[in-house]
Amino acid sequence: MVPRFSLMSDPVRVTIDGVELGVARGTTIIEAAKQAGILIPHYCYHPSLPSPAVCRMCLVEVEKAPKLMPACATTVTEGQVVHVHSEVAEKAREGVLELLLINHPLDCPICDQAGECELQDYVFQEGRARTRYADFAKRFNPVEDFGPDILYVPNRCILCTRCVRFMDDVAATPVLNVSERGDRAFIGIDANELLDHPWSGNVVDLCPVGSLVSKDFLHKARAWELDKTASICPGCTQGCNIEIDTRDDVVVRIRPRPNLDVNRHFMCDHGRMNYRWMNRGDRAEAPLRRSNGAMQACDWETALDDLATLSAEPGPVVVLASGRASVESLGFIMRLFAGRDVTAALQVPRGEEAPLAGVPDLALRVERVPNLHGAQLLGFDAEWSTAVRATEHAALTVLLDVELDDDELATIKRCASLVALTTRDDPILQAAVLTLPVTSMVEESGTYLNRDYRLQRFRQAKPAPGMARPAWWVAAAALGRVNPDVRVPGSVEDALEALTSEEWLSGITPDSVGWTGIRLDGLVAGTVR
Amino acid sequence: MGYPHPIHASETVVLSRHFGDEAARDYAGAVERGTYKALKQALAMTPEAVIEEVKASGLRGRGGAGFPTGLKWSFMPKGDGKPHYLVCNADESEPGTFKDREIMRWTPHALIEGCAIAAYAIGAETCYVYIRGEFTEPLAIMERAVADAYANGVLGEAAMGNGPRIDMVIHRGAGAYICGEETAMMNSIEGKRGNPRIKPPFPAQAGLFGQPTTINNVETLAAVPHILNRGAAWYKGLCLGNPKSTGTKLFSVCGHVMKPGNYEITMGFPMKDLIHDLAGGMRPGRTLKAVIPGGSSVPIMNQEEAESALCDYEGIVEQGSMLGSAGFIVMDDSADMVYEIYRLAKFYAHESCAQCTQCREGTAWTTKILERILTGKGRGEDYGLLADLADNMTGKTICVLSDSCAAPVVSGIQKFRHEFEAYLSGAKVLAHV
Amino acid sequence: MSTHPPPAPPGAPEKAYEPVFVGSALERLQQLYPKYPTKQALLLPALWIIQEARGWISPQNMAEVGQVLGLTPAYVKGVVTFYTMYYRHPMGRHVIQVCTTSPCHLSGCSDVVEALLQHTGCGELGTTSPDGRFTVVEVECLGACGFATPILIGDDFIEAVTPERVPAILERYP
Repeated sequence: MVPRFSLMSDPVRVTIDGVELGVARGTTIIEAAKQAGILIPHYCYHPSLPSPAVCRMCLVEVEKAPKLMPACATTVTEGQVVHVHSEVAEKAREGVLELLLINHPLDCPICDQAGECELQDYVFQEGRARTRYADFAKRFNPVEDFGPDILYVPNRCILCTRCVRFMDDVAATPVLNVSERGDRAFIGIDANELLDHPWSGNVVDLCPVGSLVSKDFLHKARAWELDKTASICPGCTQGCNIEIDTRDDVVVRIRPRPNLDVNRHFMCDHGRMNYRWMNRGDRAEAPLRRSNGAMQACDWETALDDLATLSAEPGPVVVLASGRASVESLGFIMRLFAGRDVTAALQVPRGEEAPLAGVPDLALRVERVPNLHGAQLLGFDAEWSTAVRATEHAALTVLLDVELDDDELATIKRCASLVALTTRDDPILQAAVLTLPVTSMVEESGTYLNRDYRLQRFRQAKPAPGMARPAWWVAAAALGRVNPDVRVPGSVEDALEALTSEEWLSGITPDSVGWTGIRLDGLVAGTVR
Repeated sequence: MGYPHPIHASETVVLSRHFGDEAARDYAGAVERGTYKALKQALAMTPEAVIEEVKASGLRGRGGAGFPTGLKWSFMPKGDGKPHYLVCNADESEPGTFKDREIMRWTPHALIEGCAIAAYAIGAETCYVYIRGEFTEPLAIMERAVADAYANGVLGEAAMGNGPRIDMVIHRGAGAYICGEETAMMNSIEGKRGNPRIKPPFPAQAGLFGQPTTINNVETLAAVPHILNRGAAWYKGLCLGNPKSTGTKLFSVCGHVMKPGNYEITMGFPMKDLIHDLAGGMRPGRTLKAVIPGGSSVPIMNQEEAESALCDYEGIVEQGSMLGSAGFIVMDDSADMVYEIYRLAKFYAHESCAQCTQCREGTAWTTKILERILTGKGRGEDYGLLADLADNMTGKTICVLSDSCAAPVVSGIQKFRHEFEAYLSGAKVLAHV
Repeated sequence: MSTHPPPAPPGAPEKAYEPVFVGSALERLQQLYPKYPTKQALLLPALWIIQEARGWISPQNMAEVGQVLGLTPAYVKGVVTFYTMYYRHPMGRHVIQVCTTSPCHLSGCSDVVEALLQHTGCGELGTTSPDGRFTVVEVECLGACGFATPILIGDDFIEAVTPERVPAILERYP
């Protein structure tokens, strides 16, 4: 085996299942094993929670140690030789699995966790084929409603206590307990203190089995039917990394995607539950242009010609954009109107901040938009109501998928010329001369800049409806007609590259952003604005 | 109640000298009998010197682990500036053990003295005495004794008038055997569920409230004043067996003997004599069948092993078991071994804290299997199943409660298989347990 | 072990909650404050104060002690349910704890249990007698194995109980 030493000073050398490697001092065996590409089966351990070593699954054989050691709670020592798959260790794990199954009901056919269940996985991998507990009744407790979204199925609980530790140590709200003792134990809650913490949905992700389940997702889809797409939560400026789960192109669930620099393993309930808009059916599906007083569907060529013409006419322009618009979309819209008198504002709904106490710099943020900094850097710096009023005197008003209240609607309807890039069928469209169907962030790829100046990529999770196209393409294609020197990007990656002439994006490539994002140091340091 | 029983000639009376003497209990009576001389002496020594004396005596933890006490004290950091704690473990819940209650009931001031000396030696200003909730009489007596000790200047801001601050707090438990485990006890004092903690960190590094802590058993601490009064050499000299087991110990003998009670004997004393002589031997017409010497958490000894063993740590290990807390459960030929093992398994299942999978589920399953055997539905495969469970429950958990459940089961099947066979064959059956 | 209280008669008015930690009970708790570095450590002593005052610990009591000590009700409940000596339902006037672990079993505790159940009128272990006078609960080792069979009646620890002694003992507890 080729020794693999990480680029650190003073690495501790260990051998795990024959793989030699060097890891930082203080690394636990379980984390060191990950670096060696070895997964040590475990339940109660979690890299974002304090480690109590109670499930006893991660017991490994360590040469010269008198007993099997819990890998999650044992730090590496120089020259340690660890066996994860020796006979003794496997027998110990088989023992734990057998004991977990004696009271665990055979619920797989009706349990949401099936297909993404760590009990299923390890039992299949290393458990006994048959039970020896057949003559006794399993312990029974009724299902409990823990709060707004969470059900607790005590019969399935393996008492790993991840949920309790999350609420205690990460959410700093100890509303879950372990009740009773011995094999009578279960997770308890006080009837007056339900699980409505703004980050409580994470306990469902943390639960290795189907004991804590989401009511929203209950019996909705099977894990193996889901397509998973890496994305960024559009719910606020925190920019938590998420995974969008779709089944037959319908978004059925959002879960956090690990990013140790942003959201660790968590996301808030606001972001988690706010996905139904992604499945709206009332979509704008074709470009419409006003002709003889009525809106008529047309093709993109015609529509883009119209947009180019309108863009070239003189006079002030007002752009009102949805907070979910990507860097690429906002960037190209501004380029379309470069050199003009532009008032550009971003629609920013606001709400209460909800921090996750146990993780530094992690909260549901007041500004409920994912790309506030990105928008501001691209010129979307006008105050919203000022911009709305400015439409009265604008030569051209461009709306990008905004939601207007009645007053705003009335004001904007009075504008000279209205172009609406929209995802859905909307009353405002009746006042427009041109409506163009665009994709929502879940139907396109792009990037957002979060509150910490981290540029992060999100990926298309479901197909665009009808003739809808990304807003950046619409703007770029129109720009290409106005200025033939401009090359229309053929992909969102090209679109980003084209925008790197902006100072704050200089040197960025899609690869450099990767799938964990990149912090733009110049912006952080304030040397770039 | 309980005492007095007349002191047997073969006893070596040190801790139990004043058992049964009501007058010895209060402050004046205790002082009259020499209590607090050793504390005064200790306070005039350096803490290190006190630790060395205890080390030299060979005193080992009397709660069950038998860890050398002086060595344990020496683990405490020196000059670290953190508050140090002493915890006196008076949780006494090991089946078969009933010695600490006597020490607290009859010689509370001797215990206070031992605690104060230990606190001084390890640099602790506060000692918590964790007394199990059911010990209502020792609780009342200790509360009164501590109050008297404060009133008379033994404890408080300046121990014995010119020493450092030594405070003592009586903390009442609430019904959990597992709180006798030292790390669980610390959690219990902190106001948490009595769950044992993983080690490292060890209590001497980060214990009670995260600070350096030493936990000692009542009997261990009660021996300390005697060691200071009469010297480590004297204590070390009290040895009839292995030189690593010194001093005297209270052996709690119960079950099928004519004279159950606590007997204080020198380490290394022949077990045969303890049972058949001091404890009055078998009831008429009965023969000795089995002894569980350590409290119940150790392998069962059969008659031959019990009658060959010497009563010290090594001597009992030699005969295949462990001294533990020296709570001797004696069983004669009328005892139903299978039932007693079942009842012990039920005890452990009831007391499991629920953290570790093997203990939480394993103790309960073991109990169910034994119940099934007792009620006539046992099967040949049960031997293998029980052995497998016992193996899973041994050496794989945070604390040794599950190991303690496994020990009587494994040794019981090994040495009394014929009794299990009687149930399996249907020759014997219980209508219910 | 705990018993279940009889259901309240329908239409019975809900009594206002009477806090435990007032007056002397509160003083007793406050006297303990300097003895522990955290409020959390006062939980077990506080729960004893409640049980001594009320005979059992209700969910409202748990909420109250949580408020006093800065702990959530769920946390308090997790602790209460761990320790078997804290009762979560009203018990008889006198709670009798009888040990049935192996050493006591060897010494004849089963007969003592029978005698207790018979003379108290409790149908079975864990239940309260119809007149509300006694509850007999089975407990694990009481630490008096050499003085079997030991029982606790309230705070009175009585050793060497035999079936013959039971009636006279019970008489002392009206």
